[in-house]
Amino acid sequence: MPSSDYDSACLPDLLPLYYRRLFPFYQYYRWLTYGGVQKNYFQNREFCFTLKDDIYVRYQSFSTLNELEKEMQKMNPYKIDIGAVYSHRPNQHNTVKSGSFQALEKELVFDIDMTDYDDVRSCCSAADICTKCWTLMTIAIRILDRALREDFGFQHLLWVYSGRRGVHCWVCDEAARKLSAAARSAVAEYLSLIKGGEDTVKKVVLTDPIHPFIRESLAVVEHFFPQYALQDQDILARKESVDKVLALVPDDVKKELQQDFQNEKKSDVRWKLIKDQARKKQSTAKKGQHFDKEIMLQYCYPRLDVNVSKGVSHLLKSPFSVHPKTGRVSVPIDLRELDSFDPFAVPTISLICEELDRPKTGEEEEKVEDATEKEDERDASEKRRIRDYKRTSLAKYVKNFDQFLEGLARSWKGELLRKSDLQKEF
Amino acid sequence: MLFSGRRKKFGTSIQTELYVQPLQFYGQPPLENISLSEFETFAVDRLKLLKTVENLGVSYVKQSEQYSKKLDSELKTLNFPYRSEVDDRKLPGGPSESEKRRKDHISHFILRLAYCQTEDLRRWFIQQEVDLFRYRFNGLLSKQKLEFLHKNNLQYDAISLKEKKELKEKLVSSTYAISGITVEDQDFYKVPFQDALDLVRTRKVYLKEGYAYIPHQDIVTIVLNDFRTRLSKALALTARSLPAVHSDERLQPLLNHLSHAYLGQDYSIQKNVGKISLEQIDSLSGKSFPLCMRQLHQALRENHHLRHGGRMQYGLFLKGIGLSLEQALQFWRSEFIRGKVDGDKFDKAYAYSIRHMFGKEGKRTDYTPYSCMKVILSNPPSQGDYHGCPFRHSDPELLKQKLQVFKVSPSGIVQIMELVKGMHYQLACQKYFELTHNVEDTPFSLSHPNQYFSESQKLLGGGGGGKELKREVDASQRSQENSSSRGFSAAQEAADSEHEAEMTKDLNAFFEDV
Repeated sequence: MPSSDYDSACLPDLLPLYYRRLFPFYQYYRWLTYGGVQKNYFQNREFCFTLKDDIYVRYQSFSTLNELEKEMQKMNPYKIDIGAVYSHRPNQHNTVKSGSFQALEKELVFDIDMTDYDDVRSCCSAADICTKCWTLMTIAIRILDRALREDFGFQHLLWVYSGRRGVHCWVCDEAARKLSAAARSAVAEYLSLIKGGEDTVKKVVLTDPIHPFIRESLAVVEHFFPQYALQDQDILARKESVDKVLALVPDDVKKELQQDFQNEKKSDVRWKLIKDQARKKQSTAKKGQHFDKEIMLQYCYPRLDVNVSKGVSHLLKSPFSVHPKTGRVSVPIDLRELDSFDPFAVPTISLICEELDRPKTGEEEEKVEDATEKEDERDASEKRRIRDYKRTSLAKYVKNFDQFLEGLARSWKGELLRKSDLQKEF
Repeated sequence: MLFSGRRKKFGTSIQTELYVQPLQFYGQPPLENISLSEFETFAVDRLKLLKTVENLGVSYVKQSEQYSKKLDSELKTLNFPYRSEVDDRKLPGGPSESEKRRKDHISHFILRLAYCQTEDLRRWFIQQEVDLFRYRFNGLLSKQKLEFLHKNNLQYDAISLKEKKELKEKLVSSTYAISGITVEDQDFYKVPFQDALDLVRTRKVYLKEGYAYIPHQDIVTIVLNDFRTRLSKALALTARSLPAVHSDERLQPLLNHLSHAYLGQDYSIQKNVGKISLEQIDSLSGKSFPLCMRQLHQALRENHHLRHGGRMQYGLFLKGIGLSLEQALQFWRSEFIRGKVDGDKFDKAYAYSIRHMFGKEGKRTDYTPYSCMKVILSNPPSQGDYHGCPFRHSDPELLKQKLQVFKVSPSGIVQIMELVKGMHYQLACQKYFELTHNVEDTPFSLSHPNQYFSESQKLLGGGGGGKELKREVDASQRSQENSSSRGFSAAQEAADSEHEAEMTKDLNAFFEDV
């Protein structure tokens, strides 16, 4: 597995190398400029750098690609966050009359963090993840991606691995970037089914009729449930976990099931018994009859932090930022290969720096053809950089990003034709 | 907006055609002259109305019978238009429908002046006006609703019969209170989801490719959204013309009073700073903290950590009871260090946000401790959170257990749970106060966690400045009760001058506490 041993003490040496030779500045700039359709979109964007010793520097902004590159190479941030596009250049916000400096636009974002599932996963807790619980992220991505596209009509979604224990989604459509805080919070709440904190036992309650969104989400969950919950998490094996599951079931049904479970020890049969009980209830009762679905949702349905999505000015970790604790790069995920995505195979900064010194065979040749048409547009240092990252494990993730950008570019080409007097700033 | 001519002259009001419609979007400001006393009366009456809307909204389910009855009676008492079926000249000697609508119109615009100034004020004003609007729109007859939509340019596209047929299943299972028959009978409109946020938020509508499919009967939510957006923009604009208004000395004191009156005591000005020592906090949490803060304190002690929501709610509360910035920093630091956070990390990451709370960082706003309303209505807790209102956000079973652990009697628990079931969260907390302090009745109406604390301290004989607070709280209670009863009897009197005199006395009493 390609992950060289990472030691956070090496970051001061690795980061300069990363920012000089590997960070995909050109694509990054291309993304955040959004085709130059809106003036000063890139210049008015806030970046936040976290430097060595947890020094936190907000309201950074840059006028050109060159400036962005030079500054990052100078500061070597441990962490990069992206904020909103403001009414004025963020690095000049102190000179603006108070009240006039406002956050205007930002991508609609979602943050799924594995710690929010601690009450329903038995394999890990807190900052740890493993292949068993990673399925939760796969489920989350499938459900949310479908809903954002089919229900809300968004098209340009960038899913990114956070580098440690979760995933982020950046919805980059123009309509999404222009959403108000109220609209963002409405979208997040539409997508939320898990309600309640430490003190709530039953976090999902379904009533008839069941909304098409819930039906679609259930279909995804049902697909993964047998392998993930019944086998990997083993929720119907040990008494402790069985009790937790049965706490979600109406009292009368619970007693019956407890009895049945005395004789039946196999998880898949136990689950069938639960489903049968639910079916029985559905034909007789008007409430509390969807407990089988509620169990599946409580154990598997995505848990979003609404606060992250709500705020127009909320900062979120940037793609291609390095996670200081794990060393892993925050890479875009290719949804066509979602089922085989392995967070532990994501390259660390130590690995890709090491790979710079040795050539990577095979993949290098294919990539060269893709690059030739575009290379003419870029300068020498950029060309060198492309050759560099293509030699490392970072290559395929930059390709994911390129594909995402191509989709985006199609959308702003139409806009540009309309605003033909605007100059491209490459 | 023209404000200059409005208040300088004394004169009689003009009946205009503007008041033919029972309900309006308040798009056009009033363009007449009114007397200063009418200006004041109108403003105070509407404020009372909005405060009633706020209180009813927390104590009753909106649109329920009790809610409607109480709101109707308040509208009647204050001479605002209520149910529009009422005949135009019903009460002899009382104001006509047209006059009531005029009052509605003018008072709304006056309050805009007072409530446009800060984010908090705007949010409050918009929330109450939206609730009031919803109530009145729902009271319109169908024909009037259609007229209203037409007059206000809300044209959305209806979907074709073919599309309706294809989507019938989905429409039935997603749209609230819609059966297969209603789908066939009614028109469905395709509305961009941004215009139907309330329905999207609660998932009461079918969404496809960014459009919400709304049945005609649900158009009210769309209208509300529109109303909210328009009002929000208008308030921003009003704020800009405020300096001109404030330069008029007759208006400035009134407008100030109006904007402070909505909060009552907001505990933003710290009294008794430094009178509480850190060692006292543990015991105080058991004796004088409301349940929400007690829970937060316990979670903090157990986990040596609290998430952002909890830190804000609890941190600001502590500020309100008199902790100084230095004390707060020491308090949080010593607790977090016991957990996974080392001293350095604390100083870098968490100290900043505590100083922020005290107004020493960033835009230097001095944040006010959260009122019960805020705790109950915003930012519900999720997994890993301990903030919020336990009476509102905790599972009933767990809440019962917690009360048992805190030694509340079984009969007391039953009473509390009844109140919780009826959604009277603040009353439930008050009952908790009574049971834990062993008193029969509380002389105050609970609306703020810090109020709970100071009342408790008063009772237990601890803390400083207790007497002053008591006088203030009592006075505001008394004046509120008096002004509403006096207002009611005043409305029944025919004589004009007596009416005016009462209103002026009323005004003073209403503002006594500020």
